Formats: sequence, C-alpha cells, structure tokens
Amino acid sequence: MTTFDERPATAAETEVFGQDTVDRARAIIARYPRSRSALLPMLHLVQSVQGHVSQAGIAFCAQQLDLSNAEVSAVATFYTMYKRKPCGEHLVSVCTNTLCAALGGDDIYAKLREHLGSDGKPLGHEETSGTPGEPGSITLEHAECLAACDLGPVLQVNYEYYDNQTASSALELVKALQSGQKPAPTRGAPLSDFRKVELQLAGFFEDNESDVDGPSAAAETVRGAKIANEKGWTAPREPDSVEFPALPEKK
Amino acid sequence: MTNEVSPLTPVLTKRWLSPRSWTIGTYEQLEGYTALRKALKAHPDQLIQLCKDSGLRGRGGAGFPTGMKWGFIPQGDGKPHYLVINADEGEPGTCKDIPLMMADPHSLVEGIIITSYAIRANFAAIYVRGEALHCIRRLNAAVKEAYAAGYLGKDILGSGFDLDVVVHAGAGAYICGEETALLDSLEGRRGQPRLKPPFPATSGLYESPTVVNNVETIASVPFIVNGGSDWFRTMGRDRSPGPKIYSLSGHVTNPGQYEAPMGTTLRDLLELAGGMKDGIPLKFWTPGGSSTPLFTAEHLDVPLDFEGAAEAGSMLGTTALQIFNETVSVPWAVMKWTEFYKHESCGKCTPCREGTYWLTQILQRMVRGEGTPADIETLLDICDNVLGRSFCALGDGAVSPITSGIKYFKDEFLALCETNAVSTGKHALAGAH
Repeated sequence: MTTFDERPATAAETEVFGQDTVDRARAIIARYPRSRSALLPMLHLVQSVQGHVSQAGIAFCAQQLDLSNAEVSAVATFYTMYKRKPCGEHLVSVCTNTLCAALGGDDIYAKLREHLGSDGKPLGHEETSGTPGEPGSITLEHAECLAACDLGPVLQVNYEYYDNQTASSALELVKALQSGQKPAPTRGAPLSDFRKVELQLAGFFEDNESDVDGPSAAAETVRGAKIANEKGWTAPREPDSVEFPALPEKK
Repeated sequence: MTNEVSPLTPVLTKRWLSPRSWTIGTYEQLEGYTALRKALKAHPDQLIQLCKDSGLRGRGGAGFPTGMKWGFIPQGDGKPHYLVINADEGEPGTCKDIPLMMADPHSLVEGIIITSYAIRANFAAIYVRGEALHCIRRLNAAVKEAYAAGYLGKDILGSGFDLDVVVHAGAGAYICGEETALLDSLEGRRGQPRLKPPFPATSGLYESPTVVNNVETIASVPFIVNGGSDWFRTMGRDRSPGPKIYSLSGHVTNPGQYEAPMGTTLRDLLELAGGMKDGIPLKFWTPGGSSTPLFTAEHLDVPLDFEGAAEAGSMLGTTALQIFNETVSVPWAVMKWTEFYKHESCGKCTPCREGTYWLTQILQRMVRGEGTPADIETLLDICDNVLGRSFCALGDGAVSPITSGIKYFKDEFLALCETNAVSTGKHALAGAH
C-alpha cells in the first residue's frame, strides 16, 4: 500500500498552484453554505494541476480551508479517485466487477496488464506505463461497477465510457492511446487527458461547452423507449386538468 | 384513461429519443417546467400531500415512502433545510440514473426545484459519482440553463422562492451511496456512515433538516404534479405504484433500460429483451443489484415490486436485473461480489470490515479448489455475525449473495470441495499462507 509523501511541501512545490488555482479554489468555496464542503472538488482541482494529489496539494487545500494537513490527508486517502502517485496522460479503468468480469472484463484487464507491463511482468493496479504525464503514458486500474452494466464489459479512459469491449478492442484502444491518438468514446466527450477532466470534476467547464453534446444514447440506453415507440405503447394518458389535494389540516 | 396498461410505460424515459433531449429547448417543448409553474402556485404542504397520495416510494433501493420522508422535515423550526440528491450510482448492476441524468437532466432539476419548494429548502446539492463525468457535464449545463431561464436563483418565476443548486462530484467510494456517508462526504469528510437516529430529516447536512432522495425518485415528481396521484397509480400495484426503470444486463439478447409498471416480472421483461442470449438457459439473477439476494429460474414470475420481491425472499433494490446463464459458476460470482464489498467497506464498523475480509479469503480459497465442506458453515456463521451488526447496510448487502448463493446452489460449493479432497487430500486454512 502506498502512502502519501510525508515531508512538508517546499515553497517551490507550493508555487505550482498559481493565482488561477487560488482563484478557482475560492470559487469552489463560494458554492457551498460551509467552506469544508469544498474539499472534495478542491482535491480534484489540485489533481488537475499535478496529475495526482501530492503533499503540496494537500497543504494547498488545508491552507485554503483552514484545516490541518492531517485532516485533508485523512480525506484524500479515503477516496480511490485521488491518486497518490503521478498519473499517466490517460487513466484506463477496467470494470472487473462480477457482471463485466463474466462477460470478459477479467480477460480485458489481464490483456492490458500484460501489454502495458515490462520485463515480462504485468502492470499492476494503479501503475503507470511510460513516464507519468508524458504523451502516451497510461495508468491502468481495475474498477468496481461503473454503472454501465447493460453495455458490459465496459472500460473508461479518463472517465469517458468505452462500451461493449473485448480484449482485442481494448488492446487496440490502448495501443492507439500510446501512439498519441485519441479514439472517441462510445459515450462522453472527445477524449482529452486525465488532468483536464479532473478540472471538470472540480466544476470548471470553460472552453468545453461543446463537450456536453458528446454522445450518450447507446442502443441499449433507449431500447425500451424504442420498443414502446414502435409498438405505440405509452403510459396511460394524463388527465387534462388535475387539482392539488386540499391543504391538510394542522395537527 | 385506459383500463389496460401497456407492457412498457415510458414516463421518465419518454424524452430519451428526442434530439438533444438534454437541452432546455427540447425539454420545454415537451412539457418541461410546466409542473414547476403549477407547483409554485400551490401551498408547499399540498405538494407533500400530493406526493403522499401518489404512493411514490424511493427508487434508490429501500423503497421508503417519499411523501412521508418530506413530511418528516420539521417546519417553522428556524433552521435552514436542505435537499440532497443521491446520484452516487454504484450498486453492482445498477445503471438507470446515469442514463437518466445524461438524457434528461432537466427532469431532475425540475424535480429538485419542486421538492425544495415543498420542504422549504433554499439549497440543494446533487451528489454525483465522480466516474460519471458525462452526467456531471450535462447536469452542470442544465443547472446553468435553468438559472438563465429564471428557474433557479432568487425569486423563481416571481414566487418569492429562492433556490441554489450545486452539482457536486464524488471521488470514488461506493459507501457514499449510503445517505449518511454521502452527507459526511458532502461536508468534506471521509464518507463514513453515521449512527441513526438522529435521521437526516432532523439532523442531516450541517446538522439541519435534510431530505436525501434518489435521482429517479425526484425525476418522477414533475410527472406526478402534472398527472396527479390517481394517474400515477394507474401504473404498478397498490403499494408500489408508478413506472420503474428496469435495467437488464448480462446474458440476455438485448440488454438495456426498460421502463415498465412496477410489478412487471422477469418473464415479461425477458420477452421484451429477446430472451436469453444464444438460448443458453437462465441460472441465477439479482432483482436489484448485488446486495439483493439472488433469484433463480424459479422466480421468473415474481412481481418485481417492493412487496413481490420481499415475499419471494429478496428485495427490489434498484431493479438492476443482472442475468447469468448456466455457464457462470455461482461460487465464483459470489467471490467476485464479496471482493467488491471488502474493497468498499469503509472500515468504520468491525463486523463489516473484518467479516468481508475473511469472507473473501475463504471464498477465494474455495474457488481455487482448496476448500472444505466446513467452510460453508464458517461462511454462514460469519454472515450471521455481519448481518445487522453495523451502522449501515453495506455489510447486510455483502452477505446477501453468499447466503442466497448457498441457499440455492449449495451443491456447487460442495463440488468445489470434492475436487480438493480428491486431488490433495489435505485442506488449507484461510489466511494461513
């Protein structure tokens, strides 16, 4: 199990977070009735700058929220999306929960581990192939249920969905990522990189308005709606006018 | 009103085929925000009564009556009230809220505004699972559009009612789908469940009265306001009324989302989904995610509503129907689910933390072919020590696949031990290596 680097952040490291990050941190705080609620989005924010949550990132959040470093560390270590080591350009998450695994998810994960490994050793969970942050570098992880079971086996790259995968389609995808290509997800926005999506998870979508229109309606998603449409099945007709119930008497 | 209700009843899913269904333009063309205009003219207590009359029950798994939950919020208490939407969809098999939020985010936003008005909340948060990035985008855009249109912010449509909504991304923890863990997480803490009571209705977010409701529940509200409680009750069964999004996944010909009246059976749904994939027979399935005890081919005609599933020995859960054919080993599937619960146990309560840890080891050993028949008794004994002994229901969910798997498929567990006895003649102890 990896732990956070425990030495204090140096001034140079803290400077990684420039004025724009400070401004964003303050904008996050302003969203909530109480400042501490800003901590989860703020951890996504520091991760968008550094590609992981570093000791400097923890100190930054603590400073912004008037918490101790220990309080922030305790939160950051609880959640799997906060990465303790620098991530690759892309984060590939393969669902290996029961249903996806039964449909081939375990094979996909094994194939990718083998392909991304080196010296005959498969790549481990949350390990990175290539130099973290460099183009073509990939961090691999197995994930729990990604809530796309009708489209299994699924994987995500930077949290965009690639549905109905096989070991060979997943391998092609990862090879393309390594060579600098960015194949479009089945559902989601055009692929960017791990750090950019972390900024979106912190709630900042500037210059990404068109991302909203990325595809979402897989055949599976609208299957029931389509059958109903074809057969002319609808819910019972709503009455033309409905009165609200009388105001209940106070007890 | 027709007497005969169709096999599929698209309500929540009826806009999903419309072009750019996620935009406010499409939404308003298709009756969007008409319920809000009506609701703001009613007294908030009339809306709570309407919700009670409709019989709407929580779509997040537990099926608690929604109107009753709203009614528990103390009024005139001088405290701020909050509405929190549980959009942390992660129960294995469950994949209904994510397509809903992608396809029709405004139905959730409209439901939030009406509900907040009813419970007198001026701040609402949508806690979305971090991995559901595309939903987060769509929800953010929808909230922004709603502000621009005057449906959110100060003095909404001249009613004097103010509401702010924030879309909050989680960070990867299944436990945050448990409502009190979700509240702790939303307060910027580790997502660990709270001891109840006090319940969120009196001491929720920031120790103030809070309603926590699932996405599908709140997205149903505008339809109930427009259609009325009698209309809502034309679908489903007496104690579980309304339509429900059933998610079929696994070894079926056409997996996907099917919105049908509550109480629809797997037999009916399988027919719509083209039957079992490649004609390989059904072996086992979950009615509502992995935390609901398994069903088998015997249960094809169980009405899938809260009462029907419970009477047959399971739970309706999230109507996530994970369907497995005869090629899948039950002990293997149970082991995989147990590994999941072990990973996601937050560690706060000893029976769940330690129990899931040891259950996993025993199951892994059995699947490796190194188990003994005594392991089955040990598994059941540990399950007995986990069930009902922790703050939240994660541990209860963890034992469901094991106890139901052994109940229906004990022979398969025993068969694994047979191989062991023949091949090695000795048995290892779990954790002894």
